[in-house]
Amino acid sequence: MKTKDNPSAKSGATRRQFFFDTARMACGVGLLGLGLGFYAKQSKALPALALRPPGALPEEDFLGACIRCGLCVRDCPYNTLDLARPEASVATGTPYFTARNIPCEMCEDIPCIKACPTQALDHRLTDINKAKMGVAVLIDHETCLNFLGLRCDVCYRVCPVINQAITLEMVPNARTGRHAMFLPTVHSEACTGCGKCEKSCVLEEAAIRVLPAKLAKGALGKHYRIGWEEQKKAGHSLVDESKMLDLPDRLPEGAILPGHYDPASGQTAPARGVPGSEGGIIPGLPPGLGGKP
Amino acid sequence: MSGQRIGEEVVEAKGWLGAHKWLLLRRLSQLSILSLFLLGPLAGIWLVKGNLSYSYTLGILPLTDPYVVLQSLFTGHWPETFGLVGVMIVVVFYFLVGGRVYCSWVCPLNMVTDAAGWLRERLGIKGSVHLARATRYWLLAMTLLGSAMTGVVLWELVNPVSMLHRGLIFGLGMAWTVVLAVFLFDLFVMSRGWCGHLCPVGAFYSLLGRWSPLRVSASRRSACNDCMDCFEVCPEPQVIRPALKGEGKGIGPVILAPNCTNCGRCVDVCAKDVFRFALRFERVAPGQGGSESSGSR
Repeated sequence: MKTKDNPSAKSGATRRQFFFDTARMACGVGLLGLGLGFYAKQSKALPALALRPPGALPEEDFLGACIRCGLCVRDCPYNTLDLARPEASVATGTPYFTARNIPCEMCEDIPCIKACPTQALDHRLTDINKAKMGVAVLIDHETCLNFLGLRCDVCYRVCPVINQAITLEMVPNARTGRHAMFLPTVHSEACTGCGKCEKSCVLEEAAIRVLPAKLAKGALGKHYRIGWEEQKKAGHSLVDESKMLDLPDRLPEGAILPGHYDPASGQTAPARGVPGSEGGIIPGLPPGLGGKP
Repeated sequence: MSGQRIGEEVVEAKGWLGAHKWLLLRRLSQLSILSLFLLGPLAGIWLVKGNLSYSYTLGILPLTDPYVVLQSLFTGHWPETFGLVGVMIVVVFYFLVGGRVYCSWVCPLNMVTDAAGWLRERLGIKGSVHLARATRYWLLAMTLLGSAMTGVVLWELVNPVSMLHRGLIFGLGMAWTVVLAVFLFDLFVMSRGWCGHLCPVGAFYSLLGRWSPLRVSASRRSACNDCMDCFEVCPEPQVIRPALKGEGKGIGPVILAPNCTNCGRCVDVCAKDVFRFALRFERVAPGQGGSESSGSR
């Protein structure tokens, strides 16, 4: 054999073979890694109705911190939690619950967090009322019984943070013209996302649902200032009204709006300074329902 | 091979029970561990909670899978105290008894791949896709790098080992399809494919037991009659050769390769009692191998 006489040629061939073998392995495993990477990226898209246990880190962090042991599932006294099976669209083996099936009962000692061997469930959360599993949203105004003018109120009554997370806001019922509607209104700063409202909604499909905060919440621009809050903080209006230039409102010829505040036209001058005159009054309102909307 | 079926000789010599002692002990170990986990959900007796990723026994003993935690570390997350204590206990244990003892004595998927290996031999299926046994280390590196890059405990998304174990305890779902895929892969595509070539969990544990003192030793290698049965039953046959045949080269009789799973099948299958469990420091003087050895039985 020629190669036997020429060791450098043999070692060259061996080196080449080694290089190609290494490249083959790196490419094959790299390809698999690429596929897994895309799968991992997909797995971060938690379905809207799958909720994480209380104290769960944001989804991107949760999937790195959770080791899929199921201790939270075991220590939940209400069997709320389940570990995702491979066919579910929740990352395999991670704990989640569906509020419409079994909501979080908000145990005061939060056993699921205590059981967690990692920081996937944030051990600094010790007050369950500060949990943020999601935000309830009264998502369908067309079927909610209270929006139809009936008194269901079930979501309001079952709420563990009653009268803070959900309040009933009274507004006139324009359909009857003589009744009130009590609209369930979620206040996100108090809502823990436990899902008891969604669970107990009496409809076939819940009209109120707990969604991840990033789906449920809008966000004001950072530069936005809310006038009346600034006024409260400063103790007076930030605008000097005496220097305000108010142009006449354009109204059809001869039209008069009762209670309309238009200092420049002079038409409503007598109404100036009368409390409530700025707000405007809904025409044709039944007596006794002129209050705060 | 002598034209006989594998292990026929040893069954004649030691009886069926004697020829399957370690195999039975191993199955007992695997099934007992699984039963302990199942006792809670099936019978309501909560001795052990959790699964192989992390378990909590009798309210005192935490055990954590160091490989899962390592991936989690690569994503930038530290476990809690209990998780860390669990890691330390498990690391020390497998460091002492051999890392891949996890594979052969604990892992539930081992029964599946062993079944595939057994059936492959019974059906006489020849031909196997060739893949380097080092592939698993590449996969191991990929899962760690991938965890760092994606921020997700990467291998746990697809790991058939935890899918099977978690599935049996918490609900299988479609995880059985993955387990079946591994079984069919080992049966038809690649001999000893999953555990012997691909599984990064096994690769991790082999590194963990790199210097473990508990080993299989070919103490009486001079008695070897070259029947090759040990090579046939061994899930990692490459580990045997240096210890069994290295006498002339001055290599000691202890199987030092980290991928030996300490399963003891070679101890069982050898009619000449060449192998026994021993410590890695064992040195037998050439020529008098095993004359003073008591053997494993």
